[in-house]
Order: sequence, then structure tokens, then C-alpha cells
Amino acid sequence: MDDIRLAVESVFRQESGRIIASLIRISGSFDRAEEAMQDAFLSALASWPEKGIPENPAAWIMTTAHRKLIDAVRRERTRNEKQDAIQYHAANASLVEFEAAAMEFPDTQFPDDRLRLIFTCCHPALNAEAQVALTLRTLGGLSTPEIAKAFLVPETTLAQRLVRAKRKIQEARIPYRVPSADRLPERLAAVQAVIYLVFNEGYAATSGTRLVREDLCGEAIRLGRLLCELLPQQAENIGLLALMLLQDSRRNARVIDGKLVTLEDQDRSLWDRGAIAEGLALVEQAVNLRHVGPYQLQAAIAALHAEAASSAATDWAQIAALYELLSDRNPSPVIVLNHAVAIAMGGRMEEGLKRIDDLCSAPLDEYYLLHASRADLLRRLNRWPEAAAAYQRAVSLASNQLEIDFLLRRLRQVEALARP
Amino acid sequence: MRYMLLVYSAEPPDGLSPQDAERVRSGHMRVMEEATRKGVLLGAEPLASTSTATTVRMENGTALVTDGPFAETKEQLAGYYILECEDLDEAIEWAAKIPTECQGGPGCIEIRPFRSIARPAEPERVASQAPI
Repeated sequence: MDDIRLAVESVFRQESGRIIASLIRISGSFDRAEEAMQDAFLSALASWPEKGIPENPAAWIMTTAHRKLIDAVRRERTRNEKQDAIQYHAANASLVEFEAAAMEFPDTQFPDDRLRLIFTCCHPALNAEAQVALTLRTLGGLSTPEIAKAFLVPETTLAQRLVRAKRKIQEARIPYRVPSADRLPERLAAVQAVIYLVFNEGYAATSGTRLVREDLCGEAIRLGRLLCELLPQQAENIGLLALMLLQDSRRNARVIDGKLVTLEDQDRSLWDRGAIAEGLALVEQAVNLRHVGPYQLQAAIAALHAEAASSAATDWAQIAALYELLSDRNPSPVIVLNHAVAIAMGGRMEEGLKRIDDLCSAPLDEYYLLHASRADLLRRLNRWPEAAAAYQRAVSLASNQLEIDFLLRRLRQVEALARP
Repeated sequence: MRYMLLVYSAEPPDGLSPQDAERVRSGHMRVMEEATRKGVLLGAEPLASTSTATTVRMENGTALVTDGPFAETKEQLAGYYILECEDLDEAIEWAAKIPTECQGGPGCIEIRPFRSIARPAEPERVASQAPI
């Protein structure tokens, strides 16, 4: 029985996105598709122990799900026909066509359906939270409680979010379609943003007692791979996947004994060499497509960190140059901050610090990393009292417990040094 | 699918200059001509400014009449279009063409589908192939 459960779970993990995508296309409804898929997996759990695991479990589930969908639509039709006899002929005729459509391809693969699904889930007419939840639910195959737990929101809140999003798709008729070529770049950027948002929440959880949520990072990487598979010629898709792999490669070195370890102090032998090798190869592959974008630039920066044999060997000049390119394209305060840090770490300490001071009036003043970075540079300049004040401000703004603990350790160090 | 495109526009005290008013007017004419040609246009009307607005609210069976629009917001309803579109993306394309500074200031378009009172939505594939 455990074998069966494992087999079912493995099909679900690998195929549910593909199955649900095709069911949504045929039924025109997320709810109907979800129900049919759930019924099919329940059927597998009921019938496989007796009849054995089919030769092609995924195809079995797909076929069964399509039958369940037909059954459900048929039941609905019967109900409606009783209410409205005039519609009988039309409904009956189209049901035949519907069944034909539903049965024509369970064995063939329709990668396009997942592409449709990802663009619908990440449609700008849905709010960002809904985009993330819907993408993880449908393409990621995560359950509502799993997503709620990952984002630390109550399950009922998340369930409502999903219901509202699905209702809007239905009622405002958000199309189930890959956008036209002229709209593709902006819509693809929205998809990439959703995936990167999931990754970032996993990479540095904004709150809670864990710094890294490997589950979310892993899920984002999986979605990134899917996006590369579906639209392989898009350099930014490759850049995004490379960026996530390179960031994630440091996972085992970032927290030791429950304590945050900075990039500078990390044990580089703990970095995942496989992920780094794949990330570096992807950066090169993306660059060869000659269509530079922000994810590729960030991946290139991550690659320079990954390639440095030691913290001292880091090519800060090159990193600063890449941040400059990045801020030319997108002068967001966070990028300007990172640029300033790279300048300082490259040896031009005072200039970096001045650039950070200039940011303190901006909306970034509430951003804990601004004050943490400022504190770190002041610490390196032996300006202890100022460093202590900046660490205090950073502590007051941080919300992740590991980050707060780290900042407090640094604060105590500089406070001790500040005493005459 | 029928969508209502509500045009919201800021109302600066001095309104539009004659040249800008002409530009906005011809912008709407272009959209209406194109939408008519494509068989999409079901209706479109501009509204007079909110200085002419009256709000009626029923309270305990009495009509409470007050001067002005229902909500004091930066942007006010300036007019509407009703368009028959395939889906939201098509409605968004139209919204991008409609001038929004009807009352003089910058604005935006809110797209709302009409509420369908018919039976629950049919599978799209079926609906499009049904003979009736």
C-alpha cells in the first residue's frame, strides 16, 4: 500500500501541473478541473492496490481525470436540461463535441497548456498574492494548507484568496491563452516576477524563526525550469533560473548551528558545486542569446561570488560594474544600495558610505538592510559609536529572528569596542 | 462578453484648454469609429462634471438627497463605454486607447464585466460551438 501511495504521490508531484492545465483548457473552469483531477487521484488510490500500478501511471490519471470531467459536465447538463427543456438539443449536441474534445488527446502531450496556465495565473489583473497562490496551487501542485504555511497566512485567508482569484478569472473572463508576441515581454516579466517572489520568500523569509525555506526555493527553481522548458529562447528565463540556482547553492553555508553566517564568513566548501556548475553554464547560455536583462545581470553577479575561491578574492570591481548596469536599467533604491556596498567592498569605502547615506532619506529608510549595510561599513571603518547606532536601527526594522540575532551579536561587538 | 469601461478623470478647477478639449474629443471619436467598425461598440456617453452631481440615499424609507458625488475622490467618473469583447485582454486593449483626461486632469479606466444572470458558465469550447 505504501508503494501505491508513493507512486500516486510521485505522479502527482510530476504531472499534476500538466494534467490540471489541460483540464482547465477543456472545461474552461479551474474548479471543475481541480475536482476532476482530485477524483482521478482518489480513483488511483482505490483501484491500483487491486489492479496493480498501470504501466504508464501518468497517462492513466490523465485519462481518468478526463472521464471524471465528462461525468461532471454530463451531470450538470442533466440538471440544467430539466430546468430548461428548450436547451436540450443544443446542449446534447455540444456535449458530444465536448466529449470528443476531452478524449482526443489524453495520451499526447500539450506543453502549451501549462504555458497558458502560467500566463493566466500571473495575469496582471490579479493581485500579486493571488498570482503567487494560484501559481503554486495549480502549476506547483501545492495544497492550500502548504501554501498558507509557507507564507505564514491563515489557511482561510489563503483559501479566500484562491476563491476570489478563480472567480475573477471566470467572471471577468481572463483568457486562457499565451499572450500575443507584442504583449509577451511584459507578461513574461510578470511570470518571472512571481517565480522570483516565491524564491525570495524562501531564500530569506521575511518573518518567522527560519531564515531559509528550502521548500519554497525548491518550488521556485522547479517553476523556473518549467519556464525555461516552455520558452527556451528567452534569455531572461535562463537568467532567472541561473540566478536562483546560484543563490540557492549557498544554502548549507548560510545558517550554521541556528546562526546566520554572512557571505564573507561562509565555509565555501559547503556550497553546492553541482548547482554552481549548472548556474554558471546557464549564465553563459543566456549571455549567448545576446538579450541582456536584469535577471542575467544579477545572475552574473551571483556567478562572480560563486567563482571566488575566497571572500578576499572576490572581484568587487566587476560586481560594482554589473550593479551599475543594473541600476541604469532599473534605478531601484535596493540596487543602488547594493551598488554602493560593492563600491565600498572594492576599496572605495568612503564613497560607498556616502552613497548609502544619500539613500537614508529615501523610502528605503525603513529597509533594515540599508542600516545593516551602513552599520557594517562603519564597523569596517572603526567608527564604533556610529556603527552601534546603525545596528540598533537595523535591529528595530528587521523581522526575521535569525537576522535579528545576527545584528544583535554585531551590535554587542561594536558596543564593546566603542567603550573607552 | 460585455464590459463597461468607466472613464475616471481628475477635475482641476480650470478644466481643459480648448486645444486639449479638441484633442480628447477627437481621441474618443477615433475609438468610437474603430469600435463601431469592428462591431464592438454597444454604447458610450460622456458625463457632465461632478459639480452637477446629486446623490440620493434611502434611509429608513426616506430619500436623503445631497449635493455632489457619492465619494470625494481624486478622480471622478467622467463617462463610459460599453463594449462587446472576447475577453479581458481585448477590453484592456481598448482601455489603453481611450483618453482619460475628459474632465481636464489625468485619469484611468476601470473595466467591469456585466454581471451575467444566465445559467452557470458553460465550458468555453462547448459554448463557442453550440448552434444556438
